[in-house]
Parts: sequence; C-alpha cells; structure tokens
Amino acid sequence: MRILVVEDDKDVAGFVVRGLREAGHVVEHADNGRDGLFMAASESFDAVILDRMLPGGIDGLKILETLRGQKNSVPVLILSALAEVDERVKGLKAGGDDYLTKPFAFAELLARVEALARRGKTEGPVTKLVVEDLELDLLSRQVKRAGQKIDLQPREFRLLEYLMRHAGQVVTRTMLLEGVWDYHFDPQTNVIDVHVSRLRQKVDKPFPVPLIQTVRNAGYMLRAERA
Amino acid sequence: MFRSAGVRFAVVYALLLAASAAALALFLWWSTAGLLDRQTETAIRADAQGLSERWEEGGLPALVLTIDERLSGNVDDDAVYLLTNARMQRVAGNLAGWPSIVREPDTWYELPVQRAGILSLALVWRYDLPGGYHLLIGRDVQVRAQLRRLLTDALLWALVIVAAMAVAGALIVRSLLRRTLANVSTTANAIAAGDFAQRVKLSGRGDEFDQLAEVINDMLDRIGRLMDGVKQVSNAIAHDLRTPITRARARLEEASLRASSPEALRAAIDRATADLDGIVAVFQALMRISEIEAGSRRSAFATLDLAPPLADLAELYGAVAEEKGVTLSADIPERLPAHGDRELIQQAVANLLDNAVKFSPPGGTVRLQARPAAAGVEVLVADQGAGIPPEDLKRATERFFRGESARSTPGAGLGLALVQAVAQLHGGTLRLEDAAPGLAATLSLPAPEEPAHG
Repeated sequence: MRILVVEDDKDVAGFVVRGLREAGHVVEHADNGRDGLFMAASESFDAVILDRMLPGGIDGLKILETLRGQKNSVPVLILSALAEVDERVKGLKAGGDDYLTKPFAFAELLARVEALARRGKTEGPVTKLVVEDLELDLLSRQVKRAGQKIDLQPREFRLLEYLMRHAGQVVTRTMLLEGVWDYHFDPQTNVIDVHVSRLRQKVDKPFPVPLIQTVRNAGYMLRAERA
Repeated sequence: MFRSAGVRFAVVYALLLAASAAALALFLWWSTAGLLDRQTETAIRADAQGLSERWEEGGLPALVLTIDERLSGNVDDDAVYLLTNARMQRVAGNLAGWPSIVREPDTWYELPVQRAGILSLALVWRYDLPGGYHLLIGRDVQVRAQLRRLLTDALLWALVIVAAMAVAGALIVRSLLRRTLANVSTTANAIAAGDFAQRVKLSGRGDEFDQLAEVINDMLDRIGRLMDGVKQVSNAIAHDLRTPITRARARLEEASLRASSPEALRAAIDRATADLDGIVAVFQALMRISEIEAGSRRSAFATLDLAPPLADLAELYGAVAEEKGVTLSADIPERLPAHGDRELIQQAVANLLDNAVKFSPPGGTVRLQARPAAAGVEVLVADQGAGIPPEDLKRATERFFRGESARSTPGAGLGLALVQAVAQLHGGTLRLEDAAPGLAATLSLPAPEEPAHG
C-alpha cells in the first residue's frame, strides 16, 4: 500500500517510515505542512498518517480540511500529542478517520493504518462473512463452522464479526474496545483478553485448526495458521 | 476621567436630576403663568365677541355705550378699551391715544400703557371695524407680569440649587460606588499579590453587591480547588512517577552494562518499554482526571438511560470475574433515566468494578446494583475483599493513594480519584463504606436541576 507520513519530528518520522516499509508498504514522507498538503492533494495514497502540529504555517487539521474540501476521501489517521477528548473530537470532525495519541506503540499504528486503508476498499454492504470454514451470517445472525452451528452471545457475535471483517489483519485491544464496545477509555485490566479467550472456547476449541491468533505485543488476528 | 464608571454614573445621575427638574419647572410655568396668560386671552376674546354683537345690533352709539358701561362696571379695574375713528382719534375708551406699535389686526401685543396717569403693562388685541373704526381690547397684566418675573427668578434659583444638588449627588453616587467596589478590588489586589485566602467581605444586606461578592467568592473557591488539583498533579509527577521512571531507567542501564546476549538485551528493552507504557498510562489517567475536574466535559452532558451501558459493563466485567472465580451479580432496572456524560459514568463504574473484581477473593461475589434514588441515580459496587480500613477511607480518593492491602496488586492508585472527579463533575458524590467484609462504593448522580433561570 502507498502511505504518506506527514510528521516533522525526525526520530518519530524515521521510526514510522522504516516500520511501514518493513511491513511491505511504499512510504512517502513530508516533514512540513506545505509539502504534506501538496503531496496529499497531488498524488494518490491508500492512507495518510498526519501529525497535527506541523511547521510551515499549515497544521494537520488545515491539511485535512483542505483535502476534504476538495472531496479527497483518502483515509487519514491523525497522530497527535493532543490527547484531550475535545481535541480528538476536533480531529474527527475535521474529517479524520482515526485518532491515535502520542506516545504510541508501532504495532497499534500499523494495525490501525492497515485497517483504515483496507476499509476504503470494501465494496457494498456484505451480508455474509466467510473465513476458511467459519461463516457468519449478518442477516440471520448465525455462526457456523464446518457446517456446525455455534451459539454466541450478542457481544461475542459482534466481537467475531469485527475480527472477521478484519480477517488477515492485526486487530489491537484498543481497536476492539472502540469497535466492539464503543469504549474510548482504558479499562485497566485486560478485559479484552478474557472475552477473546471465551470466544476461542466456542469458535476454535472444538475444531482442529485455530483461527483466532494472538499476535505478540500487538493484539489478535483472525486467519488459519499456516506453517 | 470618563473612563471612571463612578464619574459616568455621577454624570448620569446629575443629568437625570437636571432633566427632571427642568421638566418640573416647565410644568409649573405652564400651569401658573401660562394659565393666567390663557385666561386673559380668553377674557379678551369673550369681550370682543360681546362688543361685536353690540356693534351689529346698534352700530357705533351702542358700542360706545357698551364700552363706557363696561369700563364703569369693571371692578378689578383691569380692562383696557380704545375705539378710534379712521384718523386714529379716540371715540371711546380709557386710553389717551392709539399705541403706535399696534399696527396689525388679529395679533397679540404686550405693551406699556398710560391709564389714568399710571404707567402699566397691558395685553391687547386690535380689531378693525367697518367704517374705518379701530377697536383695541386688552387687559392690564401688570400684576401677572410681576408674578411671572417672580416665578422666573424662583425657577432660576431653583436651577442653581438643582445644579448644586446634582453635583453633590453625583459625588455621593461616585463615592458610594467606589466604596462598594473598593471591597472587591482590595480582595482582588490581595489575591494578585499572592494571598489567595482573601475573600470579598459580605455586607450582610443580601443586595446585588452581596450577590456579586458571593459569585466572586464561589469563583475564587473553584479556582482554589483547581489550583490544588494542579498542585497535586505536579507533586504527583514529581514524586510518584519517579519510582516507575527510576525502574525503567535502571533496567535500561543495567541492560546496557551487563546484558550478556542480544536476547537478554532485547528482553530488558521490552520490559523497559512496558514500564514506559505504564508511565504513559498513569500520565493519561492524571490528565483525564484533571480534564474532568476542569469541568470542560460538561458540554457532553445529555439525558440518557443508564441501564444499557451498565448492563454492558456488567457483561464486560462478568467474564473477567468468572475467570477469577468471582461471581458478579448485577441488579439493574429496566430503565434508569439519568443526566450526564455516558462515557464518563461508564468509565467511573468500570473503575469501581475493576477494583471490586481485583480485590475479591476467589469464590467471592461482586454486587453491581443500580437504582433510581430520591435525588437521581445510585450505583452501588460492593465486593467481599479486604476493604479499606476506616482510617484510610477518607484518603482513598486522593491521587496515588494506595492502602496497605493494595500495595501487592497492580495499579497506580488513580481509579477512585477518577470516580470521585466524575461524581463531582455531575454534582454527585462517591460514598465509600465498609461492607463487612469488603468495600461498598456508592456513586450518586443527582437528577439535573430544573432549568429555573432560563
């Protein structure tokens, strides 16, 4: 994927750019607002990682507003040290698709950016999600694996739905907390792990091939484990 | 000079006083001197009416007779008549000759006249009669003129007195205003100079200035609390964050000096990174508490049904409790109307549940009970753990406070501080009690006050 990183801090930018390249993406970097806006507006990217406070007179929000004003709908992840709830709301209102506060773990950034970039590509509403032999019917709200019906609680259903929609991608605990529970705070104890492990009991335990994988230092991923 | 509100108020006062005095004087004039004028004019017109009737009835002789009659019957001796022929020679009346200034008919003239040897002032009206005769009808207004002069004098003096009173009143108004404001500005100055304990003194009259003083004092109290909060946070950063930072630093230095293999080095760095993440988490919790205490989140307040979010939390933590062998029993009504910030209330209850599950012994029960109360909503979270000793209950909501029994469990001691901040933001309370055994935490969120003041 082609990703634009607009970030003025040399160390952070270098860290992000190297990490994204290592993950197999093509990365362009702008270290000020003017270049960032120019590149984002004139070239085509799958996602933009945007710092809010930038030198050069044009800050991140202005870039975002300009892009959205030009009907440019490239997915934008705002990466900012401004962590207050109001700031977050401001960023999302300006047209940001996701908001990550500094400091951050690279795994979190990568997972969110990949999720964003891929989200823009899904075509039309789906009624059925299928991963390997696991089927989730969004209309009848039924889950089957290898033709066998699995009973899930409503929340477990939504958790599985989220994992299946992001099949093959890393999904972090905070993404699950926000996407499945709509919580934007840190519940301290790792409640997510408990719920994922319960889901595993139902979806993976009775079957020979586990689908819900734990990704160390990052989160979870739904896919068949291949040797 | 006009920047001073005192001077401005004083000037307004003086102008108002002058304007009302002028209005009063005008009315007085109109109702005395003016009235006399109008009465005289009416009398002259009535006279003229009568005389013209006589003229029509009997011509010149009748008119002359009537004028003589009227003059002799004039008890007040104030009537003035003069009838002249075309050459302006006197035919009848009590004036010696036609006054030269009376040229136009149908106009009021006020002029000095010589009547029976006495110089006096008269108001006259000229009529031109057929046959070249001219008739002058008037009234002696000498007395009235004197009265008018008297009145003018009196009003002029009154004007001087009013001006003096306006100036005096203005000075009094200004000094009153200054004195009342001095109270506020002395306090403000003292606070600006660093004595934050100062408050505006109340006069006890309960008037508008007292209300203002109370508002200012409330504001100062709130600023004081916020400043204490800031101070607490900076103290916390200075002291309590030192420990984890020291740990992370030690790990890194240790690894740099003594790591024997790349794997050991990597493991040490990972651990230090985790330590840093912990520090960031503490930081964020602190910031969040300050954010809540600053009250900026009140914009997110809405009327909501608390039952679904509480049920969500019960489900979220139910699984965690089960994992630990703890039972979470939730008692939530069908509907629980409340007013507040959904996310903050959820986070507060999440913190209480997190604590309760964390401190529960295996086999214990955590109760989550929500119910509408007289003044809003009450959410109770009770566990059967070790509880908090009575001497620590008061301090349990302080930032970074960790009781003896909590030392061995993970946490930074910020959970209850956040709950407390959320309760305060909603104008509610957090009550911590001994559940014997365990801790019972009750979060009371009052119903919003009726918007009585628009």
